[in-house]
Amino acid sequence: MLLSIRSLSKAFPGTKALDAVDFDLEAGEVHALLGENGAGKSTLIKCLTGAYRRDAGEIWLDGAQISPESTSQAQDLGIGTVYQEVNLLPNLTVAQNLTFGREPRRFGMIDGRAQTRMAEEMLRGYGLEIDVSRDLGFYSVAVQQVVAIARAVALSGKVLILDEPTASLDAAEVRMLFDVVRGLRDKGLGIVFVSHFLDQVFEICDRLTVLRNGRKITTERVAELNRLQLIEHMLGRELEDVTEHGAAKGSGDDQAQSRAEILHFEKIGRPGLVEPFDLSVREGEVIGLAGLLGSGRTESAELLFGVRSPATGSARDAEGAVAHGTPREAIRSGFGFAPEDRKTDGIIADLSVRENIILALQARRGWTRPIPRAEQNRLAQKYIDRLDIRTSDAEKAIGDLSGGNQQKVVLARWLAMNPRFLILDEPTRGIDVGAHAEILRLIRELTEAGMSVLVISSEFDELVAASDRIIVLRDRRHVRELTGSEVAADEIVRAIAGRPAEPATTMEATR
Amino acid sequence: MKTLLTTTAIILGAVSAQAQTVGFSQIGSESGWRAAETTLTRQQAEERGIDLRFSDAQQRQENQIAAIRSFVAQGVDAILLAPVVATGWDSVLEEAAEAEIPVVLLDRRVDSSDDLYLTAVGSDLVHEGEVAGQWLADEVGDEECRIVELEGTTGSSPAIDRATGFRNAIEGHDNLEIVRSQTGDFTRTGGKEVMESFLQAESGNEICALYAHNDDMALGAIQAINEAGMNPGEDILIVSIDAVPDIFQAIANGDANATVELTPNMAGPAFDALEAYWESGTEPEKFIQTDSALYTQDDDPMAEYEARKDLGY
Amino acid sequence: MKRALRRVLPQIVTLAILMALTSVFFPQFLAVDYQGGRLSGPVVDVLKRGAPVALLAVGMTLVIATRGIDLSVGTVMAITGAAGAWAIASGWGVGPALLLALATGLVCGLWNGCLVAIIGIQPIVATLILMTSGRGIAQLITEGRILTFNDPAFSWLGSGSLAAVPVPIFIWVLTAIAFAALMRRTALGLLVEAIGINRSASALAGINAKVLLIAVYMASGLCAALAGIIATADIRGADANNAGLWLELDAILAVVIGGNSLLGGRFSIAASVLGAMIIQTIDTGILLSGFPSEYNLVIKAGLVLTVLVVQSPNMARHWFLLRRRAQRLREPAPVEGSAPR
Repeated sequence: MLLSIRSLSKAFPGTKALDAVDFDLEAGEVHALLGENGAGKSTLIKCLTGAYRRDAGEIWLDGAQISPESTSQAQDLGIGTVYQEVNLLPNLTVAQNLTFGREPRRFGMIDGRAQTRMAEEMLRGYGLEIDVSRDLGFYSVAVQQVVAIARAVALSGKVLILDEPTASLDAAEVRMLFDVVRGLRDKGLGIVFVSHFLDQVFEICDRLTVLRNGRKITTERVAELNRLQLIEHMLGRELEDVTEHGAAKGSGDDQAQSRAEILHFEKIGRPGLVEPFDLSVREGEVIGLAGLLGSGRTESAELLFGVRSPATGSARDAEGAVAHGTPREAIRSGFGFAPEDRKTDGIIADLSVRENIILALQARRGWTRPIPRAEQNRLAQKYIDRLDIRTSDAEKAIGDLSGGNQQKVVLARWLAMNPRFLILDEPTRGIDVGAHAEILRLIRELTEAGMSVLVISSEFDELVAASDRIIVLRDRRHVRELTGSEVAADEIVRAIAGRPAEPATTMEATR
Repeated sequence: MKTLLTTTAIILGAVSAQAQTVGFSQIGSESGWRAAETTLTRQQAEERGIDLRFSDAQQRQENQIAAIRSFVAQGVDAILLAPVVATGWDSVLEEAAEAEIPVVLLDRRVDSSDDLYLTAVGSDLVHEGEVAGQWLADEVGDEECRIVELEGTTGSSPAIDRATGFRNAIEGHDNLEIVRSQTGDFTRTGGKEVMESFLQAESGNEICALYAHNDDMALGAIQAINEAGMNPGEDILIVSIDAVPDIFQAIANGDANATVELTPNMAGPAFDALEAYWESGTEPEKFIQTDSALYTQDDDPMAEYEARKDLGY
Repeated sequence: MKRALRRVLPQIVTLAILMALTSVFFPQFLAVDYQGGRLSGPVVDVLKRGAPVALLAVGMTLVIATRGIDLSVGTVMAITGAAGAWAIASGWGVGPALLLALATGLVCGLWNGCLVAIIGIQPIVATLILMTSGRGIAQLITEGRILTFNDPAFSWLGSGSLAAVPVPIFIWVLTAIAFAALMRRTALGLLVEAIGINRSASALAGINAKVLLIAVYMASGLCAALAGIIATADIRGADANNAGLWLELDAILAVVIGGNSLLGGRFSIAASVLGAMIIQTIDTGILLSGFPSEYNLVIKAGLVLTVLVVQSPNMARHWFLLRRRAQRLREPAPVEGSAPR
């Protein structure tokens, strides 16, 4: 065993990021590390490379226990890491980057010729025909990636961690990178491969380990596993125990079908983001958007709300065309959008709860017609009561509230607008269980009042419980719509696993 | 062969007597005074029938060096140089010396050996201050006089030298006393603001005279005195330095009393020295000091204004 | 009202302390005379001489509230002053000359605003362009000399008085009140603060951040134009080289002394103009005290530093915010959203 981790634990205030995780890596294998957001992949890697200090557990490398305290120490021990954003210096030459920190010297001065020779030596066997005296930034990301790998291998030489290395590469570049990876594996390196592209995992990896909520779920041989099983492991459910959720639905199904269509989107899409899709929105229904991380869920929402303008497609309602090319147009058309990243895109941290609630309403009224202060207070109080926002008073800065209460304020901002179509991207992420349930109850109340809601969530149970129908995305494409009794977690999982898409398409979409 | 040479020499000599060519490397046109210097140099050259080749360096020494090399290559008869900085001129001046082209420095000096140039024309900043101080001493006679001073930009050589000169001149006159001294940064706004504070601090009627290191500050101060309800030029005597056109208007109106000229006509004395040198090979002194002429209300200030207003100040 | 007063209390206290301090070196500092139909005295001088920086500080406050900065205001003063003086000297009359100067200021602001909001250049770089090149434009207008004029109506704006009070005081006080009212009586103040704190969230809430940003830079240009008019009218001449030189730094300093965060967000125009008065009190105090001019800058730097330290509760908060922001950048919250569900 090259590298072996035994019951590694790491806690951050409020969460247990890693809970007694075991992990084994053999020499000469490519081992995938998989998991959804927050599963603990990056924490594990950071503990391994010395960026974080572990709370408990052991790390054994080549039969000796190690405790790296910094990335450079991990490097000296033999563990090298290459990140998605290449962490080299683009304004230095390839040779300087490769030899950085151990430049060949003569009489105390850097020996340029020896440096070039050394760099060429290091790149031998990687199939790169490049001029090492040019700036690194001159070359494509893929080449930079390989240079980074060459440097990591030369410095460390035992374990190579590749963290999302293919996220910004195209199909041909992925192939080139994989050739390099295979070559290194055959030389006996142990390679940890982190990616959310399952096709690539099946293509290059020998074994895989799935993490979920900080725990190790399983380690399997890739050849002995199918996609469906893998996704079940990642999402943490077995098919049997989800069916009952699905069964609870269905009663409202006929009703859903008979509701009036209020909005119709046609062929909304943008190259590189999401392939064109249609969406019909009926009055008072909840539409769920499901898919793995990176499948295009958030991107679909952003196209609908004009955060990024669609390259193709149109929207119309009973009265004709509906403009939604920018957030302002979308708001004027009666849309609302509570984004996934509450802190950067949702709240205005230094403003008060009151100001955050009235902000969108005020923006729509225009600056010349300020909402009278009494009316502002009334609105703020109304939503603080209705949504049970826990704050000492309406004048408190929203940044001082807890995550769940911040989310409620953002919801209140949109409710004050009384939109006809409200998009909620991960409305329950990072908030406590109580607030969680309240938000789900609120969504139900809203639809009963006739509002249509689109919910994005990685929590399939939650999605199933809330939604009248669910649209499933895979590889940036809307692949299936689940209605009626199909609205069930196992159906979502099946749809996501589906028929694997051709690798080339996957790559195209990520470019 | 010898005849041929002689003939050539005669022809060359005849040509040079007709129209001398002079190259002029000017710093730039950063101030009204410098623009006036350029205008006057052109005028002087025209009056004397000299062919002037003008080069504007836009504040860069390398442009000036390039200009001088080009003048040398053209084989001009003399070079006028207003150097932007004091150092770094040795090699290019040597090139000119090897080509036997006389160089005359205008207005500013260089650190090179004085063998490398014919002469330098400039004013003496200390002397300017002395002229101003002397005028004031003569004007007030034995009366007590409390003086306020508007300094130039703190630490600049005109500010230091003009302050020194003025103090030299009033030394020994116990009735003259500088009671306040503050910088007005050579600007009108600065002159006005600081004068206002002088008037507050010294309660106006106790100030007898103002000495300003340049006319612009004096012009600003005149407004401040006016606005304080006093009469500049009568309640407070005003003497300043530079002799820009606007101060002559103020003198004509009786708002200012005297100014000392920093002449922009550096070219006149330079051409005089060059003509003497061309004709008889007379080597001039290494420094030709321009006049620091004093102008008062008796010197027909409006005429002086008219003479200067189109020079580009 | 009470809250607004509490906001500016540190500035008022600072100002009072500085005035007391100046009175020690110059006992008649607080004396006000009435002569020849106008008030005069050091305090009146402070209020009058502080006009340009106070005006610049009004516009700068808004720009800084959007997390921007406007380095070009000093240069815009020179350009607008030159434009106004040129119009007067060409016989346009006061009205058209003022309109031309103000319009020039708005155009300068529009230029800055477009660079920042539409092209997306960093504000400090975008406004640096006009700061450095603008003096050349002003020199083209004045043809490199001090362009003087003799129009009593125009120069009244700089050195005249109304009801015994110098006109510049009216101009800056009214401008500050007008802008404060515009911000607080309409929703503009809230929207400006919102885009300064979180531009992306504000855009998602439907705020037209681009137009607001441009408007804010235009407001800064307008304030700079007013300052330029006063400076030019004051000396009856447009001095392209020196008008407004380095005043952008005093204006930024005034905003900071006013307790406004350079990181944008909450702002107070009243506090900023008080900051401008604090700076001018220091300047005037130095002139009156009669120290040799070599000490001017040292004394000013020492006093400004003291003022900033005196207001340290604010400063401490800014530092804290800065540090928190830097930390957040360095170490992204590692397990956002991984709480057990």
